[in-house]
Parts: sequence; C-alpha cells; structure tokens
Amino acid sequence: MLPLFVLVPLALLMIVNLPVGQFLRRWSWGLTLLLTIAQAAALICFAPHLKAGGFLATLIPLTLELDNLSCVMLLAIAIVVGASLLVARGTVSGMKQLSNFASLVLIAMAGMNALALLRDLFSLWLFFEVVGVASFVLIAFRRDRGALEGAFTYIILSGVATVLMLGGLAILMLVGRGESSPLTFANVQAALQISGGLTAARLGIGMFLCGLLIKGGLVPFHGWLPGAYSAANAPASVLLAGIVTKATGVYGLMRVVSSVIPPTPGVNAVVLFAGAAAVVIGALGALYQSEMKRLFAYSSISQVGYILLGLGCGGPLGMLGATLHLFNHAIFKSLLFVNAAAVEQRVGTTDMTRLGGLGSKMPWTNVTSLIATLSTAGVPPLSGFWSKLIIVVALWQGAHYGYAVVAILFSLVTLGYLLLMQRKVFFGEMPAELANTREASPSVVISAVVLAGITFGMGVLFPLLLKTFLLPVKSIFPLQ
Amino acid sequence: MTEAVLLFTVFGIGVILTAIVGFYCLLTTKSLIRALIAVEILAKAVTLLIVLCGYLTGRMALAQTLAITLIIIEVAIVVVAISVVLALFKQDGDADATTMRTLKG
Amino acid sequence: MLDTVLVILLTALLAIGALLTAMTSRLLRAAIMLAVTSAVLTAIMFRLNAPLAAVFELSVCAGLVPAIFISAIGLTRRLDPEGLKARFKDRIKRYWFLPVILVAVAAGLSQIHFVTDFIVSAPDSAGETVQTVFWNTRPLDLLGQVAALLAAAFAVVVLLKETTND
Repeated sequence: MLPLFVLVPLALLMIVNLPVGQFLRRWSWGLTLLLTIAQAAALICFAPHLKAGGFLATLIPLTLELDNLSCVMLLAIAIVVGASLLVARGTVSGMKQLSNFASLVLIAMAGMNALALLRDLFSLWLFFEVVGVASFVLIAFRRDRGALEGAFTYIILSGVATVLMLGGLAILMLVGRGESSPLTFANVQAALQISGGLTAARLGIGMFLCGLLIKGGLVPFHGWLPGAYSAANAPASVLLAGIVTKATGVYGLMRVVSSVIPPTPGVNAVVLFAGAAAVVIGALGALYQSEMKRLFAYSSISQVGYILLGLGCGGPLGMLGATLHLFNHAIFKSLLFVNAAAVEQRVGTTDMTRLGGLGSKMPWTNVTSLIATLSTAGVPPLSGFWSKLIIVVALWQGAHYGYAVVAILFSLVTLGYLLLMQRKVFFGEMPAELANTREASPSVVISAVVLAGITFGMGVLFPLLLKTFLLPVKSIFPLQ
Repeated sequence: MTEAVLLFTVFGIGVILTAIVGFYCLLTTKSLIRALIAVEILAKAVTLLIVLCGYLTGRMALAQTLAITLIIIEVAIVVVAISVVLALFKQDGDADATTMRTLKG
Repeated sequence: MLDTVLVILLTALLAIGALLTAMTSRLLRAAIMLAVTSAVLTAIMFRLNAPLAAVFELSVCAGLVPAIFISAIGLTRRLDPEGLKARFKDRIKRYWFLPVILVAVAAGLSQIHFVTDFIVSAPDSAGETVQTVFWNTRPLDLLGQVAALLAAAFAVVVLLKETTND
C-alpha cells in the first residue's frame, strides 16, 4: 500500500502533462484536488489497515514504514494541499497557470508523503530537496521582483543547508562503519549509542541538525522565512506556511530527535531551551509586524516552539502533545493564510495599516479568522487548546515549571497580537476606498470553512478522538 | 603511515580548504550568479567528503550512489536557480547587477 | 611515494581551482574554472575507486552545469575596460587575504595530529555494486531524483515561458 502515497501523485503528474493537447491539462486541478480528498479519506477510513509490506511492496521495494506520526502527517498534508488548491482556483488566473500550479503541488505532495514514510537519513535529505525545488518554483511563481528574490535567497540558504546535512551524513557514515545500510534511522541510532561520545559523531549529527534547521526555517535560522512567505503568492504561501515547513523542518526534527538521536537528558534540555526561545522570539517578532503574512510567519515560529517544548519533555505525553499540535498548527495556520489570501484577493494588499472594518463586508472570512485566532491562542474548546494543554501538562509532569509558565504566558501574548490583527483588519473604521469590497470567491471561502470546521470539530469532539485515534500516537515512544 | 590515514588527512584538508573558499565567496559576493557558483564549490567539497568516507569504510558502491544522487540534485537546483536569475534579468535587463538585498535583511 | 605526491598534488589543484573560481573578476572565467575544479575532482574520484560517480561528475558537473552558467552569463552586462579594472581592484581588496587564510589553515591542519584510530582501511563489501545499491536497496532515491528533475523542468516552464492569456 505505502508506495502508492509517493507513486500516485507522480503518476498523476505524468498523466496530466502528457503531450496530447490541452484536454488533460484542463483536468489537472480537479484531479489533484480529488487525489488530496482520496488521501484524506484513505487515512481516516483505513488507517489501522495501512501497513508496510503487501503485494505492491514486493513489486516496488521502496523502503517505507508507517507509524502514527506518519499517519497524522499524511492527513495534514492531504488537508492543507487541498485547501491550497482551492485558494489557487480563486486567485491564480488562466488555465495553463493553474495547471502548472497543480503540477508543482503534486511534486511537493509526493515529496512530503515520502518524507512522512521514509526511514533513512540520506533519503530524508533527498526528499527535503524535492520538496525544496518544488517550493522554490512555487515562491517564484508570481514572477515579481520580491517573489524571485525570496526564491533565490531560499535556494542559496538551502544549498548551504545541503552541504551541512550531507557533510554530517558522510561523517556519520564514517562513525557507523560496518553496518549493512549505515544511514537508516535505526542503524545511525545504534552507531551513536556505541560511539556517541566521539567528537566525530557529535560533529556529524550536529552538522546534520544545523542543516535541517536552516531548511525548515526553525529558530535560530528563521531569518529568511517571513520574507519568503510574504513574497509568495497566496496559494503558495498557504502551502508553504501551512504544510511544507511542517513536513520538512518540524517533522524532520521530530523524527531525528525521537528516532535517531539516543534519548538523553542533555538532548532534551537543548530541545526544551530551543523551543522556549522560539516561543519567545516568534511572539515578540509578531508584535511588531504590520503585514498580515509576516505576522503569521512569526506566529508560526512561535507555535513551532510549542511543538519543540512537547518534544523536549521526552515522554509519551509530550510526544502526543507535540504531534497533536503539529497537526492543529498546520490546520489553523493554513486557515490564517487562507484568510490573508481572501483579503489580498479582494483588497489587493495585506498591509494592516491600510485595512479596517472588513468584517461586515467579508463575514465568512471574519468568522473563520476569529476561529483560527482563538485556536492558535489556545482558547477552549478549539483544537489548539487541547494540544497546548497536553504540552503544558507534560511540561509540568516533567518538572519543567519555568517552561510551563513561559508556554502559558506566551499563549496570552499570542492571543494579544492575533486579536490586534483581527481588530485592525476586520473591525474598526473602514477606509473609504474599501467600501466596495466583496466576500472572497467561493472556492477560497469553502477552503476557509472546511479548515475552520476541522479546527472546531477537533476541539469539540476531542474527548472522543483522544480515545480512538490519538492515544495510539504514544506508541512512537516506548512507554517507560 | 597507512594509505587510509594518508588519504583521510590529505583529502580531509582539501575538503576543509574548498569549503572555506566556498563560504568566503558566498559571504562576500554581491552577484547572484557568483553566489550560485559559491554553492557549487561547496557542493564539490561535500561530494569529495562523501566519496572519501565511502572509501575509508569500504562502502564504495553506496558512496557512489549517494554522490550520483547529489550530482543529479545539483543539476536540478542549478536549473531552477538560473531560471530565477533569468526571470529577474527580464525585469532588470542585467542578470549580474541584481544584488541580494533579501539575504542581508 | 609517487602516490603520496599524486594525492597531495590533486588536493592542491582542487583548492587552487576553487580559489581561482572564487577570485576571478569575470563570471565567465569563474564558470570555466568551476569546470576545471570539477575535472580535478573527477581525477580524485578515480583515485578513490569511484569510476561511475567520476563519470557523472565529469559529464554533468564539468560539462552541463558550467554550460548552464555560461548561457546565463551571456546575458549579463559587458563591462568596459575601465569598469573591469575597477572591479578587479575591488575584488583584490576583498579577496587578498583568502589565499593567506587557506595557506595558514592548511599549514595548521597538517601539523595537528588527527585521531585516526577509528579508520581502518576496510575491504570493499563483496558483491555490492552501484546498480544493486540503486535498484535493490535505494530505489526510493531514484524516485526522488526523477521528482526533482521534473520540478526543475517545471521551473523552466513556469519562470521563463512567456505568459499567454488563454
């Protein structure tokens, strides 16, 4: 079953781009959307039955494995890619452009699906690169100066990150000598357990992690991220902010910390510190932004900090909180970017100093944005509340009281800056030139409503979901 | 001195020197194309490191596949980057004068 | 002894090639020097028993990549002799201490006694060839390469093709 997650998007890409006239390309957007729905449906209905092996796996021996973290990630990928496609329908003009966008999204989707399923450090880098190449083009898609410069900056930084990651891998290969496949997660972990004290081993894993942090735009290498997000066009920024940085940076880091680096208190302390730093830096940076997308990008940095805090607890509960927050964050951050896209579509700018009073003109965007805001800030009963609650409880249980206090305190800061955004954009006085604004186009509204529905539904039905779907996530970590 | 130690020492120094040149070039340049060339120099260093580590651990087949994959990805990246530079050139009329404002800020 | 000289010579050539690539004031020469550096790396790969990767390095990195660079460089503004002279002076100002750094680092590193205990020249794993590794244990990587190249093809289409309203 598993190879299908990678092969089907690539096969679809080939099919819709067959040189048989424009007939197939007309369908590429619809077929891609259908594929995301199929992936989401397959995961929701058959998640327990999906497993490695089977007839297809013997035919195509791709080394893929599935666990609960992968499942959560695959589901998030399907939902956010679908939302991004809906936004593209309303904002990308021209059939050819839309078809090209859908094709690039398919490549990115295949890459992210592979990332969620693979268990090898070199393949991890390779599919980072696949997703990266697709996202360079997606950022530059608009072809204006800012977008092209943003894409080029990303390319150069990604090149540096590649050098660090592969240099680290080469050194790890030297350390993990004698293994039959020295770069799989399990073998690297075994090698590190034996010779983790070696300077070479530490250098190798350190270089790899540095590269991973740069590529994922995580603290302390987050400098390029807000610029690239705000330069990209609306559907691309939904895709990048909503899922690409999660599927590469955050997920990659979670994987490496939980299944490659041998668990030690020292590693956990570093992760906790980095998480707290990200929470603080992101929130403080967001306070000073006057452009919606930049504000959301800083907010992302802060939310990723919460994920790291959960991860740094080192226990199953922390891991559960981190996984859940990864999913929730992907959904509500995409929702915020969809709302920014709606505003951009109708007003032409996302500069908050020139906006105001849009609430009465764009009721759907207003309400969904409020839901995303409250969920990001962790207000009950929305989904963000539960994941933050679990993370705080995990921190408290692990006796990290200081970090727990930081987490709670900066939730309030998050609420503050997002409500400020809400007030500036949707409430207050409307500038005269915005009087003719209409609600965003139907596909953008549908996308926002679906994402808001998931955020709301996850929150309300959480006690039910916890028992059936979420508790198994703990199985990633052996119960101590 | 055995052969392995000799190769490790000498080529290891080569990797470090090449990497220094690449980083230095990347940090000081203002031209987009030269920044890309700097990344290529860095890629040379890392290719050598992979092949060297493969040789030292007796895993040449594995190291060669990794190096080939890296080379293919390099081409993909260069094609995309040059496309971006050319698209910028269409706006400015000069592909070299474009400076990286965004990287600094 | 001859081998030692060869290894040291190749390393020196690699470093000098990289240095010249970084330092020349003309982009065209930089691209050509990059090709030369790649050619030196190819020779090193042959020395390290990596003939297949070496062939790729030679054809792709010494051939294709510089060709792509040169095609883009053709579109840059040509500098008049005055401008070239000014640029050359500027580059010398920025780069003159790079060779000094390199020589110093090389001298320093060659004096350090590396811990090389963990290196034992191991025999090549029997029966493992590039083909078997690619097709049997790492087919996922092949898929990744294909996906990356497809994305690069789309980059050309999306970024360079004139937009037509349809």
